Amino acid sequence: MTGFYIVLLFLLTGIFIAGMSLAVSRILQTRKAYPEKYISYECGELPAGESWIQFNNRFYIIALIFIIFDVEVLFMFPWAVVFDEYGLLAFVEMLIFIVILLVGLAYVWAKGDLNWIKPRPQLAHLPKEKGE
Amino acid sequence: MTQTGNIILDVVIIVIKIVIVLGVNLTIVAYLTLAERRVSAFMQDRLGPNRVGPAGLLQPIADGIKFFTKEEIIPAQSSKLIYLMAPSFVLFPAFLTYAVIPVGPTFSAWGYSFQMEIANLNIGILYILALTSFVVYGVVLAGWSSNSKYPLIGGLRSAAQMISYELPLGLSIIGVLMIVGSLRLSEIVNFQTHLLWGFLPRWNVVLQPLGFLIFLIAAFAESNRLPFDMAEAEPELVGGYHTEYGSMKFASFMLGEYAGMITSAALMTTLFFGGWDFPWVNESALGVWGILLAVIAFSLKTGFFLFLYLWVRWTLPRFRYDQLMRLGWKILLPLALVNIVVTAIVMAFLA
Amino acid sequence: MVTVLLYLFGILAILSALGMVFHRNPVYSALFLVVTFFSLASIYALLGAQFLSIIQVMVYAGAIMVLFVFVIMLLNLRKEVRLPIGKPAQVIFGVIFGLLLFVEGLLIIKSGSISGTLGRYPQAKVNVIGNVEALGNLLFTKYLFPFELASIILLVGMIGAIILGRKKMPKEL
Repeated sequence: MTGFYIVLLFLLTGIFIAGMSLAVSRILQTRKAYPEKYISYECGELPAGESWIQFNNRFYIIALIFIIFDVEVLFMFPWAVVFDEYGLLAFVEMLIFIVILLVGLAYVWAKGDLNWIKPRPQLAHLPKEKGE
Repeated sequence: MTQTGNIILDVVIIVIKIVIVLGVNLTIVAYLTLAERRVSAFMQDRLGPNRVGPAGLLQPIADGIKFFTKEEIIPAQSSKLIYLMAPSFVLFPAFLTYAVIPVGPTFSAWGYSFQMEIANLNIGILYILALTSFVVYGVVLAGWSSNSKYPLIGGLRSAAQMISYELPLGLSIIGVLMIVGSLRLSEIVNFQTHLLWGFLPRWNVVLQPLGFLIFLIAAFAESNRLPFDMAEAEPELVGGYHTEYGSMKFASFMLGEYAGMITSAALMTTLFFGGWDFPWVNESALGVWGILLAVIAFSLKTGFFLFLYLWVRWTLPRFRYDQLMRLGWKILLPLALVNIVVTAIVMAFLA
Repeated sequence: MVTVLLYLFGILAILSALGMVFHRNPVYSALFLVVTFFSLASIYALLGAQFLSIIQVMVYAGAIMVLFVFVIMLLNLRKEVRLPIGKPAQVIFGVIFGLLLFVEGLLIIKSGSISGTLGRYPQAKVNVIGNVEALGNLLFTKYLFPFELASIILLVGMIGAIILGRKKMPKEL
């Protein structure tokens, strides 16, 4: 039995248990249908307008940056494992790699893609925060 | 014994292990919910639930019965299939991670070598990271499929939070991997059973204090717990991504969240605090008692980190979203990189 | 056992890929694609390439598909909008190249197993020293330059993607 089969077996056991508990819940629960129950929750009021809101573009950009960094992090795993066997060569190589990664981070940092809007009340008499 | 006999024995033992691990962890999850309420009450000078059974010990069972008997409501607005599927994306990864966590040393008895984990994968730690990356789907899809305002905002927020903290989480482990030289969790623990300079346990937290700190913070953020629970910030988002969920589907989210807490507590123990190692004692030489000692040591350490979760919850106020993103991207990520470089310098010059 | 599972995951991959193409709702399409990636990862794991399978799950299913789902949510795509099919010339070229690719694939399958000389790390050796370790050794020695180059490509890719992403996304998409 190698790892993969065990994990598969685990997954199947998990699905079986979860399915069983859902089935038991189905049998045990009481059901009384009336239309108010199926309305989306909005603090007891009738939902107003569409559920969709115009989202900030930042979420998309964060996901983009994440993909690139995720790939770079994954590149680091195989090489962290054998790091000890290569000594100074490994050190120099890793330094180049990390510096390239840092250049990317510095770029998005300087361009302000990592900044999120700060909730600040727009009052005239308040002094402006630095860098705003 | 014959070849097929061996395989059947293997399968039987693995199934028994799976059942034990799932049973024990589900029980811990159930009592973790009680512990959370009791500890919270203690910290706020209240009593907490103490009516059901002696000292409230039957409370989780009462809660369970309640979850089972509640009516399942599928909101009319929702995208039904995805709405029903979303909880499983949170639940299964959280439990599947237990497969690779070693709770004790390998030992042989009756001519059979028992491993104290279900699967000793050679990519153990990556397996856990890959599974946790699936949780994002559960959160996003729950938010999206509910087709309601609060879940949508909560889902998107916590998804962005989770992917942001996945990077420091992965990077903080790299330092440990460089020192140990293996992704196998059992080898990471074995490495830590030795002593440093003859008296200090060679736990990775001694060698990688910064790495541990980053891992701790990132793990808290990954499990959407206070002080990082922007996803379900009750005062503004009601319940966050699971606002529209009820009965067993809501229970699945809760189980997944608490199971995730146990996973990260066990991982902190395994990666940084010597796993099952009881310092200054050679467990493998003590036979059955050694195994027992190892399991107890592992449980105590994991228990401590679970308590830390509850402790932090009532100690730190909630972060604001911009603070959260700044902490993740502008502080933890560069710090994790610095940690790797420093580790590399020390290792290159010691070698 | 391995063969049965290989066929099972292969069929699952093909079916979910078809589901991805034919489903009208973008979120379902994205989920079908996740299933495809997952089946591919399982196939890699069955063939003994554990690291590759983890990468497949983490990068494709865990990162790229999350971006897809984000985009779908940001643009609130509930139902697919059918765009008119392009110019006739595009259709003709598309069909021709599609058929060529299909025939090419058939020829490769018909030619039987692809054989070559074994590299420095055949299966037996990988099993001894471990998948990730073998990859790490190669990255440090033979593929040192491509490895560093990859990080630069990633950097360029990131900057390009962000510059494009920062522009206002078209409303009618």
